[in-house]
Amino acid sequence: MSVGNRMKVEAYEFELLPLGNSAVIVRLGSGINLATHESVQALIAAVELDPFIGFVECVPSYAAVAVHYDPMLVMRSRSREELGHETIYETVCVRLHLHVEKGQKGSAKLRSRTVEIPVCYGGDFGPDLAFVAEYNGLAEDEVTAIHADAPYLVYMLGFAPGFPYLGGMSERIAAPRRQSPRASIPQGSVGIAGKQTGVYSVSTPGGWQLIGRTPIVLFRPQEMIPSLLRPGDTVRFKPITIEEYDDYIVGER
Amino acid sequence: MSITVVRPGLLTTIQDHGRLGYQKYGVLQSGSMDTGAARAANLLVGNEEHEALLEVTFDGAEWLIGEDMLLSVCGAAMTITVDGEPLPLWRPVLVRAGAAFKFEACLSGCRAYVAVAGGLDVPIVMGSRSTYLRGAVGGYEGRALKSGDVLSARPPQLLSKRILSLLQGQRDKRFSAPLWHAGHFAIASNMVDSIVRVMPGSHFGLLEIESRKAFFHQTYSISMQSDRMGCRLEGTEKLILIPHNELLSEPVAHGTVQLPANGNPIVLLADRQTTGGYPRIAQVAAVDIPIFAQLKPGDRFRFEAITHKDAEQLYMNSEQDIQMLKTAIALRVNEEAGKLGRFGKKE
Repeated sequence: MSVGNRMKVEAYEFELLPLGNSAVIVRLGSGINLATHESVQALIAAVELDPFIGFVECVPSYAAVAVHYDPMLVMRSRSREELGHETIYETVCVRLHLHVEKGQKGSAKLRSRTVEIPVCYGGDFGPDLAFVAEYNGLAEDEVTAIHADAPYLVYMLGFAPGFPYLGGMSERIAAPRRQSPRASIPQGSVGIAGKQTGVYSVSTPGGWQLIGRTPIVLFRPQEMIPSLLRPGDTVRFKPITIEEYDDYIVGER
Repeated sequence: MSITVVRPGLLTTIQDHGRLGYQKYGVLQSGSMDTGAARAANLLVGNEEHEALLEVTFDGAEWLIGEDMLLSVCGAAMTITVDGEPLPLWRPVLVRAGAAFKFEACLSGCRAYVAVAGGLDVPIVMGSRSTYLRGAVGGYEGRALKSGDVLSARPPQLLSKRILSLLQGQRDKRFSAPLWHAGHFAIASNMVDSIVRVMPGSHFGLLEIESRKAFFHQTYSISMQSDRMGCRLEGTEKLILIPHNELLSEPVAHGTVQLPANGNPIVLLADRQTTGGYPRIAQVAAVDIPIFAQLKPGDRFRFEAITHKDAEQLYMNSEQDIQMLKTAIALRVNEEAGKLGRFGKKE
């Protein structure tokens, strides 16, 4: 098997590529869309439910999954047939092949959770709300109403721990990134960058337009699953007042 | 067993093999930068290879050793003194209580790994004791060591006790160490104009033809802006991409070479983000990734192409070397113990 081969499973196309010497990238599409996202989720479910020996972890993204493995464990667990493979990578690709097929057949309905995130829009928490409104020829409360109206899909987590890449924002409130990024954006800030929206799970530098803040903590390192959100979740933003925001903060203590 | 930090030096953090299984939540892997040196350091004091140890960056640190302690230092070629006497690297050393442990000078490389018998005693956060500085997670209170910090070790394993007992003999000295060592695991000793082997990445084809050649021909130097997240490279020729559609963010890995718009590549290291949207032009062969743990700002190197198959074979060989080191240490210790007539029926 050569590196980076394309193959077809029942009219379904995917691509396997090495990512270093202990991971494979399974590329299942080329765009940001629901169908590709579901293939990504289905593959991960298939691998995690029935991991091959040597499997370490899956990392999803919009259209590809990285499957990390321990080459030594894969080598030691090779079947007689697999002993004929030229490389460990080839053995992993063959093992993954079955999972991709399974993922495709069983992609029926994945359980999706809906997570409500309260947001206090505007004021000190949303210093760029006025800019986003003006940029789109809207009033500030129209921007927040549009932002809080739509369901958002968590395509993937990345950039920072627990940071969701959300899809589904209305183009009516899209706005370019700030010319100069802020040196530090407070945790919980809700922002817009182009057609994307997101929540800063930890305090980091960043260039997104900030429209509000949530009192909810997204990154929870002490918990079994350290992130409030998981890939595949649906997010809904609920507008709250500053008083309600303060109540949340007190409640968390 | 305890170590008190007298002077923290530039940057010292606790690391192990890092967080596995949490990247899907956006949590960085972290872990030791020079994995070979870290694993050797642990094995030399009788630990499992992935125990939590100290990653010391450059010189300047000074510690006070609280009680007699079995430790080993591997990685960069540093001059370390114990009460003024130079400490041998790449071997188990019994350091006596009350010793002043100083990192005096960094001759080659820039990261030293100090393992103590039993491994460092800090809480496990998300499956690891590694420090993730920006997230303030893991290690010693989620941060680099400061003056006044006191570190302690967990109870040592049987092999550690045996090594300790072999070194107990010379009471008068500030430290005692065997003649044998694992210095052949050092990559820091030949850091002049290194060669780093890479495999072309998913987006190598997005480079202009001239840039594809330049990528392999030019000499790179390590930028000042390099850290545990990644090494930023500076070449004489900026690499140029052919016009292409914006790329989707995709998972990246240890040793992924990204190319941002400024034309200077970045090699992603232990504290890398889990996904990235820059073109991924190359991937460093697993066995050569630790070179970037030891290259200092200003150091120069070149890339050389390797096939994925050859890189994998080198990786498997290096894993076997580590296993052999493990076996060799156990044999050596048992043999020497046999000569001394120790470890009778009581063991």
